[in-house]
Amino acid sequence: MQVSREEILHIAKLSNLNLKEEEIDTYLLHLQDILNFANIVSKAPVEGLDETIGANDNYNVFRKDEVKVFEDNEALLQNAPEKERNMFKIPKVIQ
Amino acid sequence: MDPHKNLNILCEEGKQMDITKLTVHELQEKLKAKELTITEITKAYADNIEKYEKDVQAFITPLGNEAVKKAEEIQEKVENGEINTPLAGIPIGIKDNICTKGVRTTCASKMLENFISPYNATVVEKLEEQNLINLGKLNMDEFAMGASTEYSYFQKTRNPWNLNTVPGGSSGGSAAAVASNMVPWALGSDTGGSIRQPASFCGIVGLKPTYGLVSRYGLVAFASSLDQIGPITKDVEDAAILLNIITGHDERDTTSVNKEKVDYTKALKNDVKGLKIGIPKQYFGEGINPEVKEKLEEAIEKYKELGATVEECSLDIADYALATYYIIACAEASSNLGRFDGIRYGYRTENFSNLKDIYRNSRSEGFGSEVKRRIILGTYVLSSGYYDAYYKKAQQVRTLVKREFDKAFDKYDVLLTPTSPSVAFEIGTRSNNPLEMYLADICTVSVNIAGLPGISVPCGVDSKGMPIGMQLIGNRFSEETLINAAYTYEQEVKFREKYSPEFKKF
Repeated sequence: MQVSREEILHIAKLSNLNLKEEEIDTYLLHLQDILNFANIVSKAPVEGLDETIGANDNYNVFRKDEVKVFEDNEALLQNAPEKERNMFKIPKVIQ
Repeated sequence: MDPHKNLNILCEEGKQMDITKLTVHELQEKLKAKELTITEITKAYADNIEKYEKDVQAFITPLGNEAVKKAEEIQEKVENGEINTPLAGIPIGIKDNICTKGVRTTCASKMLENFISPYNATVVEKLEEQNLINLGKLNMDEFAMGASTEYSYFQKTRNPWNLNTVPGGSSGGSAAAVASNMVPWALGSDTGGSIRQPASFCGIVGLKPTYGLVSRYGLVAFASSLDQIGPITKDVEDAAILLNIITGHDERDTTSVNKEKVDYTKALKNDVKGLKIGIPKQYFGEGINPEVKEKLEEAIEKYKELGATVEECSLDIADYALATYYIIACAEASSNLGRFDGIRYGYRTENFSNLKDIYRNSRSEGFGSEVKRRIILGTYVLSSGYYDAYYKKAQQVRTLVKREFDKAFDKYDVLLTPTSPSVAFEIGTRSNNPLEMYLADICTVSVNIAGLPGISVPCGVDSKGMPIGMQLIGNRFSEETLINAAYTYEQEVKFREKYSPEFKKF
């Protein structure tokens, strides 16, 4: 399978990543290499097998829907790149 | 002042003894017999960090001074009788993707360079309950993506057995710190071999527990269905002791399993008579370094001598498993790493005019090249048009891998393989070829895919003196069997008495 330049730019956009011009070819080459190798899964004898979604047997874990307040606001906000009073600050969303 | 003053004390025979060469269970005995104090122990490690860190570069955030202060406090409390936990005052190193309140947790990424977790990971809470002392946060591949610790944003950690080679990865800082006696033991995390492979490269013991045995709460997620925290130690007994501390159900991790607590030190029995060991022949084929193969064959002979039943078997999944691993791990990573957007924590670009710019530019500037490569690969295999061919197929292969292991464990108690196809490789030789780097994981990834436990134990050195690791794989929740098998071998071979790293370059 051949990955095109347009495709990798589309994937980068979906991933919220910018690729520099000089990065595109390297990533293309690596992606191509890895996918060629990963293609071996298409040869695996998996006809009729279910998909495993996790290492544990599948089960749901239920708990009461209760609010647990995290008290240490200061510790949370100390990591904010930009804040104002008790809030995270971001650029204007609605113009 | 003599810098070695704290390192060396007189032992019974009148010889000089280096505290930091002792295992944790040996330290514990010395503490009990009042031959050592808590403060002496922590000081000796802090001194070793001063001495070796410039060569090894294992720490992102060393905490030697803080640890010594803490040791003095704990020493006092133990003397007052305020504290009586058996491991009180033993120091430990922690991989830098495990959250520690008040101390930065960087994941070796520019993205989290200044991140200070507002809470402790469950495993860190458990260490604190036992009054262990944090000696520092250890280097790793960025977001645990790598097999050499070369993808750290901060520094390249070096292997103390040969400073020109890598310590393995992604828990390379943890393994190198234990091997160079800068910490007595450490916590690592293992998504595809990241505890076992560096333990193998550094000549020590690494145990990846069964998925769900240890809470992942507070472990920065890479691939949630594969990640597991585990011990990196000097010997099997220490691994059992540390496993005792960190296991247990945690309602904050819904994948953690509610099982009765086991005392793993009870499995430290020096006897493997009747143990059934399977040797999957596909793990000994081409691609395995001949010297590695030779040492593994010696280990197999040793088990036979010790009374185990050893038989060759077939486990034809290694190639499928590696491809499946990279599809699943990258898919999960692309989703997990979506949270890094420059809003609530982590790196934020200076170059933006709207919200979309913040997301894209912060991520593009904050993540390193391997992380971006995996996000792109993960997004690709999940994108419409390729989902069925890669992701869905990989999930089916996952079922196949589990079934093949189930079949093997119908017949055998443990499976024995190399931990890695090679010994530690030279720094810079693989970091530009991702696929070649990925091949370093070929012996370990299938264990994560099936959620099984695995342990790496040193089984000899090659002609250059570089350590070789043997991997034992067990059925789910059979850690006791693994510990028993590894312990018996270790008691017989006595690797630690014969070999130790010399911090040379060759």
